[in-house]
Amino acid sequence: MKTEISVTINGEAHTHEVEPRLLLIHYLRDVVGLKGPHIGCETSICGACTVAVNGKAVKACTMFAVQADGAEILTVEGLAENGKLHPLQEAFWNEHALQCGFCTPGMLMTAKELLQRNPNPTEEEIRHGLEGNLCRCTGYQHIVSAVKAAAARMGG
Amino acid sequence: MIPQNFDYAAPSTIEEALELLADPEAKALAGGMSLIPLMKLRLAAPGRLVDLRRIAGLREIRQDDGALRIGALVTHSEIESSPLVRSRCPLLAETASHIGDLQVRNAGTIGGSIAHNDPAADYPAALFALEAKVKVAGKGTERTLPLEELVVDAMVTALEPGELITEVIVPVEAASTGTSYQKMRQPASGFAIVGVAARLEKSNGRIGSVRVGVTGLGPSGFRARRVEELLDGTAGSDGEIREAAAVVAEGVEANADLHASADYRRHLAQVFTVRAIRAALARAS
Amino acid sequence: MATTVTKTEPIVGKGVRRKEDPRLITGTATYVDDIEMPGMRYAAILRSPHAAAKILRIETSAAAAHPGVVAVFTGDDTRDVGPVPCAASLPGLRAPEHKVLATDRVYYVGHPVAVVVAADRYVAQDALDLIEVEYEPQPAVADPEKALEPGAPAVHPEWPDNRAFTYQHEGGDAAKAFAEADVVVKQRIVSQRLIPTAMETRGVVAAWDAGMRTLTLHSSTQIPHLMRSLVAAMVGMPENRLRVVTPEVGGGFGSKLNVYAEEALLAWISMRIGKPVKWIESRRENYQATIHGRGHVDYYELAARKDGTILGLKAKIIQDCGAYHQLLTPAIPTLSLLMAPGIYRFRNVSAEIIGVFTNCVPTDAYRGAGRPEATHCIERMVDLLAAELKMDPAEIRLKNFPGPDEFPFETGTGLSYDSGDYAAPLKKAMEIAGYEGLREEQRRARNEGRFLGIGISTYGEICALGPSSALPAGGWESATVRVEPSGKVTVATGTSPHGQGEETSFAQIVADELGVDLDDVEVIHGDTGIVQYGIGTFGSRTLAVGGTAIHYACQDLKTKIKQWGAMLLESDDVRFEGGACVCNKTGKSVPLAEIAAAAYRALKLPPGAEPGLVATRFWEPSNFTFPFGAHIAVTEVDPETGQVEIKRYVAVDDCGRIINPLLVAGQIHGGVAQGLGQALYEEAVYDENGQLVTGELMDYAVPKATMVPHIESSHTETPSPVNPLGVKGVGEAGTIGCSPAVVNSVVDALSPLGVKHIDMPLTPEKLWRLIAKGGQA
Repeated sequence: MKTEISVTINGEAHTHEVEPRLLLIHYLRDVVGLKGPHIGCETSICGACTVAVNGKAVKACTMFAVQADGAEILTVEGLAENGKLHPLQEAFWNEHALQCGFCTPGMLMTAKELLQRNPNPTEEEIRHGLEGNLCRCTGYQHIVSAVKAAAARMGG
Repeated sequence: MIPQNFDYAAPSTIEEALELLADPEAKALAGGMSLIPLMKLRLAAPGRLVDLRRIAGLREIRQDDGALRIGALVTHSEIESSPLVRSRCPLLAETASHIGDLQVRNAGTIGGSIAHNDPAADYPAALFALEAKVKVAGKGTERTLPLEELVVDAMVTALEPGELITEVIVPVEAASTGTSYQKMRQPASGFAIVGVAARLEKSNGRIGSVRVGVTGLGPSGFRARRVEELLDGTAGSDGEIREAAAVVAEGVEANADLHASADYRRHLAQVFTVRAIRAALARAS
Repeated sequence: MATTVTKTEPIVGKGVRRKEDPRLITGTATYVDDIEMPGMRYAAILRSPHAAAKILRIETSAAAAHPGVVAVFTGDDTRDVGPVPCAASLPGLRAPEHKVLATDRVYYVGHPVAVVVAADRYVAQDALDLIEVEYEPQPAVADPEKALEPGAPAVHPEWPDNRAFTYQHEGGDAAKAFAEADVVVKQRIVSQRLIPTAMETRGVVAAWDAGMRTLTLHSSTQIPHLMRSLVAAMVGMPENRLRVVTPEVGGGFGSKLNVYAEEALLAWISMRIGKPVKWIESRRENYQATIHGRGHVDYYELAARKDGTILGLKAKIIQDCGAYHQLLTPAIPTLSLLMAPGIYRFRNVSAEIIGVFTNCVPTDAYRGAGRPEATHCIERMVDLLAAELKMDPAEIRLKNFPGPDEFPFETGTGLSYDSGDYAAPLKKAMEIAGYEGLREEQRRARNEGRFLGIGISTYGEICALGPSSALPAGGWESATVRVEPSGKVTVATGTSPHGQGEETSFAQIVADELGVDLDDVEVIHGDTGIVQYGIGTFGSRTLAVGGTAIHYACQDLKTKIKQWGAMLLESDDVRFEGGACVCNKTGKSVPLAEIAAAAYRALKLPPGAEPGLVATRFWEPSNFTFPFGAHIAVTEVDPETGQVEIKRYVAVDDCGRIINPLLVAGQIHGGVAQGLGQALYEEAVYDENGQLVTGELMDYAVPKATMVPHIESSHTETPSPVNPLGVKGVGEAGTIGCSPAVVNSVVDALSPLGVKHIDMPLTPEKLWRLIAKGGQA
């Protein structure tokens, strides 16, 4: 039995009939067509699927689309505004904070919340904040630098 | 990995939810952090999910009669960052900050965690040390019981079919109380291999009102009463702390898995009991 | 016609930000699971839950009747597909036939048994549950040493001794060296099985075009052209009707340097059903059915004089192959053998490899591929020798390096090290770390009963794979550089970068050579329909071999450009500089864009020239390159819990000339994190029945941000004479250098207890037990 859901994604309203078991990540990727968030595991560890639901970073692979009914969702595709990259995106680019890029959309979304909560984090706080996002390429060092650089730029 | 199909309902009142949960095929869905991964691996396949998120009143934290009443749907990150919890019951806030990761803390709820009763969950250590109580609603029933009576075994609670945790009640702590949660993380999952929470008071150079809660060691979290007895009334010297901590694993059937043997867990329980008590003592005034 | 030339600053050597990144940071890059096609179907694969079993019966009718299911196939249907190829050959190699779907037996947990094709991935997964397979479980063996014991269960019944191959090498006179030695140290050293864990799992989209009779295969791979050749053979179609496209690839680390059953299976299904079909591996499948790395049990003996001069080495290398040979499985330990002497001067080497079948997923190349195992062993052995002789581990290394004037240096395993100054990075790392001060701090810590350790590893690598004689499919690389009519430049490389950043470093090389802006160079790769045949990205080869091909194509192109420039400038004395041809006599110049326009318009041609400005080069290297370096790890072990804290990590790497320091730093950091994962956290654990215990990221500890230290990275730069760029390669350096540095450090920390060796991973419990038992294992 399908259920109707209405969500706002990156500022756009969407209404769809979905199976209750449809995971939010599959809804975003396969129904709405937003391929930015990725799937890297099924046990809520890797964080590649991270999106913001009502302003909170969550793992979209561990949430049913029906649970997001009525929510405001932000994905990596909605980070840049009017064609201008978000300071975190700029910083990830400048600091070489990504290699294969697969974890990057999730990493950016978590980093965004991290800086909202703590505009001037220490290296330790950044590393703790990013524990839910695995990166196999960078060894995290440039990611930490990028989050610091973005914090400085955002006036933290 | 994809869950099996199920029916879904998102009632807006407790009464409706309890009505729906009377169906033996039904299971309550809170944050989903425990249930959804199991469903994706097809290790759980409930016929119906009753999503609690629309129910008003389950998301509040309030202070009442010397206690904090925390709604079952309050997330770990809300507990971690709540000024009320941080000032009135800092042990719970500290423990919440150790759970999983930022995204998991944003979604996972205290009620869901308690109902799931994972032996490696972080909360039980603090909740046992705080002598927490849990309010449980059933169809036409309501009861409040100490956590000790709720937890039964690994992944098993005394919740009757159709019952729902609605509230967690922890005491308001005096500012002079010292508390600490110390854990060894399972490196992959972030769960506790062993976690120990301690709260104590200090007056006239003596330790009093010690409560020690332990998680990860046994099939469920527990209160280490023998440790408390040995420590109560002592000056809290290093020797006294070690002596008390030495008995923490007595009589506990320790867990063993890929990440830690039973011996090692017993040993860690002692180490982290010492560390938690020391840290709590340093914070007590 | 302009008369001034703007001499632009060289961009090679600068840490410019990557050209790849805009699509990756905005979520607009296309990975294989992002591909959608009209009418596309989804495949899900049923895998064996047993490590060894006979298949008695497979019942697929309920699955086939499930609404939304298009087809269900089993091994009976796919008998004519395959086999899954092994490209490595060794004398006497036993190669079991490796079908794409199991037929009468399964050999490891995760072995593909049946495939469901359905309208969507949810339905496909549902239908998998409806397939009934009756198995008759057989005894299994998961441990390579147990598999070699008499009476062990036979993985393949036709070879009851479980030996896949043996391989021997004698260099110099090891027997004499050991006879003359004052001291011999011996150690059994395990390099455990690891799971590569690229963040993107594997995935395939196969699309058969019935009208064109062509098949397009999108696959997350490191080797698109080799895949085209091999999959064409597996499905029996002409190679020139198969197009392999590598979209964005979310990490490989060797795990996608392969051709798997699923690639041919999906190709076959698409032809069979006449629709595009997609399969995306779940993480659980990725852990069960994508190759693992390492899997060594090595027995080493090192002979030396009492002054610390190393005389010779004996090594027995036991390689856990798993149940089959994947593309390069048997070749990986041969790299270990080649690298066995490390970067030391001795030439007497006696080594043997025993390849062993087990009921586990095959091992194959994982970042470093054979070289981390060898480096770990020799670096542990040198520390054991230093301890035996009570010498400082730095001193004993410095004593045994060949000097900078001894290159090319011929090794006892038949290699010729290209260039090196092995003492330089060690001395630099010691200076950065403050080695003497650290030893002083260590003495103080020991007096306080603390376990503080300082570990050194000095490593070498075999990179830029490699001369064609050393690789089963050729070791050259190709490049086409074209100046388009507008003067913009397109580079097509046969390599297949997937995160390393060569779209940027290649563009830097071309921008300097042709005097154009970085933004005017586009690098394309990973599409056999538009790129000339190539080999791919692995073995730290992309820049050193693929970049060199580009360099030479640029030289050819410059010759052509000068021909056209000379014609346009009406001079026979021109030079090409700063993006323009300049007449040496008059100083007049003509910019590249005008030359390009003239070359394509072709109203007039220089003598002997053809229209257009295109050059293609296939470059064959004369040798490998041999990067090297020194890593120092400072660790402290918590005596109560056994937890290791990395207090400092210093990495000084020499990868030859550096094209982009930002990219080099990224490779070192990431490599170190993977080496550290092996040293401290990661292990693929199979139980005695062959069940994979670490089957998910919940249990297999890929390092998180909190588990990796800040890395103090620096370099020495010794150019390689093998290629004109002077580059050596850096993709695997961090991984190779790291694990011995960390283990040496922790052993050093616990040496007051008499600890001499600990096998990886150094889990807290393992260390706690050692400490609790006063150092006795």
